[in-house]
Parts: sequence; C-alpha cells; structure tokens
Amino acid sequence: MISQKEDALFRPIDRSRLESDVIQRPSLSFGKQVLINIVKNKMAVLGAILLFAIVIMAIVGPHLVPYSYSDQNLANGSQPPSSKHWFGTDDLGRDMWSRTWYGARISLTVGLVAALIDLVIGVLVGGISGYMAGRGKLGDRIDNILMRIVEILYGIPYLLVVILLMVIMEQGLWTIIIALSITGWVGMARIIRGQILQLKQQEYVMAAQKLGTSHAKIIFRHLLPNALGIIIVNLTFTIPQAIFAESFLSFLGLGVQAPFASWGTMANDALGVILNGQWWRLFFPGFMIALTMFAFNVFGDGLQDALDPRTRK
Amino acid sequence: MYIVKRLLTMIVTIWLIATLTFIIMKSIPGDPFASDANVLPEEVLQNIRAKYNLDKPLPVQYALYMKNLLTFDLGPSIQSETRDVNTLIADGFPVSAVLGLQSLVIALLFGILLGIIAALNHNRLLDHVAMFLAIIGISVPSFILAPLLIKYFAVEWKLLPVASWGTWAHSILPSIALATTPMAVIARFMRSSMLEVMRQNYIKTAEAKGLSPAAIVIKHGIRNAILPVITFIGPLFAVLITGTFVIEKIFAIPGLGKYFVDSIFNRDYPVILGTTVFFSTILVITLFLVDISYRLIDPRIKLTSRGD
Repeated sequence: MISQKEDALFRPIDRSRLESDVIQRPSLSFGKQVLINIVKNKMAVLGAILLFAIVIMAIVGPHLVPYSYSDQNLANGSQPPSSKHWFGTDDLGRDMWSRTWYGARISLTVGLVAALIDLVIGVLVGGISGYMAGRGKLGDRIDNILMRIVEILYGIPYLLVVILLMVIMEQGLWTIIIALSITGWVGMARIIRGQILQLKQQEYVMAAQKLGTSHAKIIFRHLLPNALGIIIVNLTFTIPQAIFAESFLSFLGLGVQAPFASWGTMANDALGVILNGQWWRLFFPGFMIALTMFAFNVFGDGLQDALDPRTRK
Repeated sequence: MYIVKRLLTMIVTIWLIATLTFIIMKSIPGDPFASDANVLPEEVLQNIRAKYNLDKPLPVQYALYMKNLLTFDLGPSIQSETRDVNTLIADGFPVSAVLGLQSLVIALLFGILLGIIAALNHNRLLDHVAMFLAIIGISVPSFILAPLLIKYFAVEWKLLPVASWGTWAHSILPSIALATTPMAVIARFMRSSMLEVMRQNYIKTAEAKGLSPAAIVIKHGIRNAILPVITFIGPLFAVLITGTFVIEKIFAIPGLGKYFVDSIFNRDYPVILGTTVFFSTILVITLFLVDISYRLIDPRIKLTSRGD
C-alpha cells in the first residue's frame, strides 16, 4: 500500500507543459517570411516607395508640363526654378523638369539593365570559378580559364571595345548597354568568387557534399545565399556606375546625343555653368541620382536582412 | 610550383591582351595622320607611314611590335615626336602612382573605419549617418566632386592650389576627389560583411571568453570581413596608380591617365598598345597578389587542388 507520505513524492503532470513542445508559430514559406520581414522594415518600405515613385515620374513626369524635353526657347534660357519652369531651364531654354524625367527613362534603363546583366553573368562565372577552384585538376583549370578571361577583359582598353561596337552596331541606347555589360560583370564575378572561396570551407558545405548534393545546388542553395549581402551591395553601386559610365560615353560623343537627355549628360553639361551660380542645372539631375541610389541602398539593406532566415523574431 | 605556373600564365595573359588590343585597334576605322592628310603632300605622308611601319602588311606590323615588346621596347609615339612610349610612361607614371596610392590609402582607411562603425551600430544613428555619407560618396562622381572642391577650397577659401602639380598641397584635392567613391564602396562592403561576421559563433566564443570588444573587432571581426574589400581594391589599385583620365584633366596633372584616352582618339597605335601592356602587367600582378593574400587572411582557403 502506498502511504499518504509516499504519495506526496509523486506529483501529477502539469498538462499545460506538454504543449510547450508543440510548434506555436505558424509555419511560413520562405517567400512569405521575406515579404513579412520587408514590410516590417520601415527603411526598406521607404526605399521601395521611392523607387516606385521615381519610375512613375519617369513615365508621367514629362507629360505634366506643356514643354517637351527638346523644345528650345533661347529667349528663356538659364532661368532659375519658377512656377512656370519648376526645375528651371538650361542654356537653350529647355525645360529642366521635362528633361529630368525624360532623362530618368534613359538613366534608369541603362542602370537597371546593365546591373541585371552584370548580376547574371557575374553570379554564374564567379560562382562556378570560386566553387571549382581546388576541386581536382579539371576544377583548377576551369577557375584558371574563367579568371584569365576576367583579366583579359579588364586589360583590353574599354574605349577601344566601345568604338568597335559603335562601328559594328548603330549608335543608341542598346549599344551603350551592351558596351557597359561586356566588361561590367568582371568586378561582380571576382567579388563573388572571393566570397565563395571563403564560404565553401564552412562545415555546412562539407555536410552538403557528403550528403551527395549536386554542385549546382550547393552553389545556388548554400553558397550564394550566404554571399547575398555582398552581392546586393555590389549590385546597388553597379547602377550609379552604369549611369555615370553612360554620361562619360556621351561626353566622349559615344553615348546618347543631344537633344536626348540622361541624368549623367545633364550633370555633365552643368559643369560649365555651375561656377556661374546656375545651381539648378547640377542639383536636379544630381539629386535624382542620389535619391535613386538612396532608395536602392535602403531597399537592398532591407532585402539583405529580410532574406536572412536568422532575422525572424 | 604554383607561383612559377602563375607567372607563365601571366605572360600568356599579357600577350593575349596585347594581341586582342592590336586586332581591335586595327579593325576600327581611323588614321593617326587624319589631320595632316589635307596639308601634307601624298609623298610625305607615305614617308611618315613608312617611318612607323604603317605601310607594311598587318601581320608584319604585329610581328615587329611583338619582337620589340620582348626587349621591353614599346616603340615611338606618333603624336609626341620627341618622346617614345617608354619615356611617356617613365615621365607620367611616378606622378600618377603618387596620386593613386595617396587616394587608395585615404579610401581604405576611412572606408574600413566607416564600415566598421556602421556595422557595430547596426540600425542605430551612427549606422545611418555613416551609410548616408557612403550613399552621397557613391552618388557624386569624381567629375562633379572635383569642380566643387576647386570652387570652394581653392577659389573661394584659397586654402589649396587650384590645379597643376608640384608640391604636396597640389595633390590633396585630386586625391580626395579620387578617393571619395572607392571609400564609400569600401564602407558599404565592410559594413555588410562585418554584419555577417559579427553574427558568427566564433564571435560569441570570443565574447564569452572575455576578450575586449576592441580585440574581438580587430582580431576576429576585421580579419574575417576584409576579403571583399581586398577583392575590390585589386583592380582599383591597378587603375588608380596608372592614372585616371578625368581627374588628371580637371586638375591639369601631368600623369599617365590622359594617354589611355587620347591615344585611342588620335589612333596613336604604339601608345595604345604600350599603355595597355603596361596597365595589364600591373593588373595581372595585382590580381595574383590578391589571390595570394586570400590564403594569408584565411588559411582554410584553397586556390588549387594541390593545396597551395
């Protein structure tokens, strides 16, 4: 018989504690989690709204004023911002508001497309090169060949390639984008290769290899997501780089030609008059480039945090 | 063994770059004597062409150039009649190198510092301030920053010389103009990889065993986070020390940068090839050193399967 005394040694299970093993939080797919993280991040939302607003303005902006980007009015040249010309006029009397938003189309297209092409080629070359280095004789050879191609593209004078393209193709926006992309990806490829070289020594990669995961899956599912922060940072400054490279090409007479406008060429044109106090010529295109950069950067930072599974709180 | 192999590969790479550059520059239309063609009689032009071997068939021109290259003779400059390409480089390179190194040091020092400050204060005020500065630095290119620097520091406040080259004071403004964008990029790289590193378990271990925050950041943080910065400054180093066209033009600096662009527009063939070979040599050596430094920073990294 169990006495009262011994009975006291036993304690009935507290039923509620069993529930502590149950997963309480709803199971979310990766995509949903990322979306929730981004929406929670105020700066990322701000960046997304800004980008959206800039794109909308690039589409409708030039139609909000009765002047086209190319209408000249010499009598009305070099006017500061006013109620008539919101961003002022340039030396030929062209409306700066209209030119700024028209320029947004060219600059954003150049920046975004060039960045996208850089990303795709850079990820492929950098990922394969970094992963294959030190992986047998064939692997060494693949890394060696890819990196020598990168060096050769770095080494050949970029301007020569651009002029060659201009000879082969007709001058225009797409020729500029191709010219920027031919060598644009090499920086991205080397950055990603460096990251992969460092990351692939981690235990989780070894585990994946021993489990028989395919090379492609290790690169794309295990290595690249962990290099994402650096990839996003690199991507966010590829965009302004492309915008300025376009203006440099235009400055050399190889880019978009007058009367077309881009932010880079507008900033370039303003250099001669900024010392005369015509600040609006530099300020508006310059400010738009900085604003776009700001938007991409805060959105990129937010994205980096959101894509990290450890961020979930 | 690895180093010997890489050295041989470097020579092949430089030869490939020179060959491709030769093919491209000869396939674009243009003539180094285009501006003389109207004033000089045909016979004189023929003689000048013969002097620079331009009358010979392309394969012969190529062979002659490569033969001279083996003896490090980069040939005469067509544009500058008194100086050959070796002299152009010997005159211009020291100037560009001083300027480039100076701006690289500024960019590295302040970029790394800004990035670390931002990462350690993630999502706090200092982080936002540092990244705001970085965004401005990336958004304002050197060709806009340089005239603004001249306007304020040289013209209005008269603190520094407007342009040209000579004393150390002359090099301050161009160095700042050159350093700003790389500095901002380095800061963003450093912040991003530092954030990643500071989340790792070995940082927690270092904290748990009582290391001071400074020791954690310097010994464990920077060392593991610096790799992307090293990768980024590799090609940047080669570009900066061989001179940049825009900044040298704005500040009237007698460096090497202008030849990279002017030679192409003047179709000054020996200068195009000479500057390209010179730049490529520095580039491939730098990228090799970057690869080597990966292993010094992180000994786990294997560059080849033989383990070296």
